[in-house]
Amino acid sequence: MAEPARAKPKPTPETQHFWDGTRAGELRLQRCDDCAHVYFPPRPFCPSCGCRKVSVFKASGKAKLYSYVINHRPAAPGFTPPYAIAVVELDEGPRMMSNILDCPQTPEALELDMKLEVAFEQLDDAITLPQFRPAKG
Amino acid sequence: MRRNQVAVVGAAETTELGIIPHMSQLQLHADAALNAMADCGLKPSDIDGVATAVETPQQIAHYLGITPSWVDGTSVGGCSFMLHVRHAAAAIEAGLCKTVLITHAESGKSMIGKQPRSTPADSLNGQFEAPFGVYGPPSMFPIPVLRYMKTHGITHEQIAMVAVVQREWAAKNPRATMKKPITVEDVLNSKMIAYPFRILQCCLVTDGGGALILTSAERAKDFPTKPVYILGTGESVETPMVSQMQTFDSSRAFRTAGPTAFREAGIAHKDVDHLMIYDAFAHLPLYGLGDLGFMPHEETGPFIAAGHTRPGGKLPLNTNGGGLSYMHSGMYGMYALQESVRQMRGIAPAQVPGAKISVCHGVGGMFAASGTIIFTNET
Ligand SMILES: [Zn+2]
Repeated sequence: MAEPARAKPKPTPETQHFWDGTRAGELRLQRCDDCAHVYFPPRPFCPSCGCRKVSVFKASGKAKLYSYVINHRPAAPGFTPPYAIAVVELDEGPRMMSNILDCPQTPEALELDMKLEVAFEQLDDAITLPQFRPAKG
Repeated sequence: MRRNQVAVVGAAETTELGIIPHMSQLQLHADAALNAMADCGLKPSDIDGVATAVETPQQIAHYLGITPSWVDGTSVGGCSFMLHVRHAAAAIEAGLCKTVLITHAESGKSMIGKQPRSTPADSLNGQFEAPFGVYGPPSMFPIPVLRYMKTHGITHEQIAMVAVVQREWAAKNPRATMKKPITVEDVLNSKMIAYPFRILQCCLVTDGGGALILTSAERAKDFPTKPVYILGTGESVETPMVSQMQTFDSSRAFRTAGPTAFREAGIAHKDVDHLMIYDAFAHLPLYGLGDLGFMPHEETGPFIAAGHTRPGGKLPLNTNGGGLSYMHSGMYGMYALQESVRQMRGIAPAQVPGAKISVCHGVGGMFAASGTIIFTNET
C-alpha cells in the first residue's frame, strides 16, 4: 500500500511568482513601492497601506529561529517524528513556517534566535519548498 | 452596546457528554437546543432568531422547526458562540428579533455526521503551512509558546500547573471527563505530543453540545430561570495562519476583544469574581490573563503557580475543569459560556460563593479569532 502523500502546495495566480522563485533557487518577497513595507505571504497589494504598486525582490535568505514545536504525534503524512515545525523571522522582517534541516531535532540543538539560512527542498518538478538550516560560519 | 439590556434565560448542554456514538452531530445540536428550551419553558415556535457555527443556521432552524427572522452563521472557530452572544444581544436591542437560540454541537470523538476538517492545497495555509508537517491543532497551537516563555520568563513547571489546577476544579464536577488528581511531575512526565507540550497540556477530544437562549432583560423577568445579563462584549480576528501572528508574545485578537468587553462593561479587573479562559492548550490561560489586562504577561505563570486560580484562590479560573479536564468537542467556547451562566445562576458544581460578575473569554482557530462576554446576575 502506498504511503499517504505529503501535503504539497498548489500555487494560485497571486503566489505563482513565489513558487517560480523557489524552483529557481530564490526566496522572493514583495515590497510596497509606496510605503516600502515588506510582507509575506504573497499578494498583489500592500497589506499595510492598500497600494497596488508592489515589487518582487530576492530576499537575503538570512533568518533567525523565532519559535517551534517538535512534533511527536500525530505525525503528518510523509514526516517521520520527531520533527520540528518552526517559524523563522527573515532579516527583511516577515516570518514564515519552515522545518529546520541539517540539525538535530532536539530542544538542545534548536535554540531560539539561532541564525539560519534558506535551503531549497525539491518535492517534484513543479514545487520546491523554502526551508531553513543553521547558518554556516 | 448598552449594559444589561439582554439576558440569557435558557442554558443547557447535551444530556450526555463524552463519547456519544449513538447520536449524529446534528442531533447533538437538537438535544442541546431542546434541553435549553425546556430549561426556560419555550417551544421551537417561540424562537425567532438562530445562530450556530460549522452547521448552518438553515440546517439547525429547519431540523428544529424554527422560522427565524434573524440568523447568524458566524463560524470563526471555538469562540464563535461568544460572537453569537454579542451579535444576538445587539440584534435583540435593535429590535431585529426577540428570542435567539444559539447552538453548538460536535461529534468530535465519534465523528458521526461530521465532515473532517481539511486544508485545500491552494489556500494560503495549504501553501505556506501544511507542507511543513502541521497536522491538527496539537502541532500548531503550541508553536508560539517557546517564544512566549523566553520573552516573559515563564517556566515549564508554571505552565504544567495550569493542568494541575484545572484537574482540581474538575474533581468537583460530576460531569467532568477527567477527575483524578495530577501533579506537576505527572504533567511533565506524560506522553510527549509536540514539544514543549505533553498530553496533559492538550485538550480532551469528546462529543457533546450546548445551547443558549437570549431575550431582552425586560422579557427575561417573566421566565422561570434567574436571568444572567450581558454586561459587556468584545470580538476580533487576526489571521488563520499561526505563523503570521503579529507577535507570539501575546494575541492581537485577545488584546482587541478582551479590553473592548471591559470598556463596554465599565468594570475594573478587581470586580471580576469568576473567569473562564478557553484552554484548548495549557498556555492559553496565560495569554488570556495577560492580554485581558489582569496582570503583565511576566506575572501570569507565577500567579497560576502560586495557586491564585485554584479552588479557594482569589481569581477562580476555568471552574468546570476546562478543555483540559471537563470536555472539548473541538469548539469549546460554548462550554465556557455554559459554566459562566451556571456560576451566575449560582448552580455550578464548584460554585464560587456570591459571584456577581463572570468574564468568559474564547479563542477560535490557533489565535485566529477571539470573543469575550462579561456576564452579571445583578442589574
Ligand atoms: Zn504600502
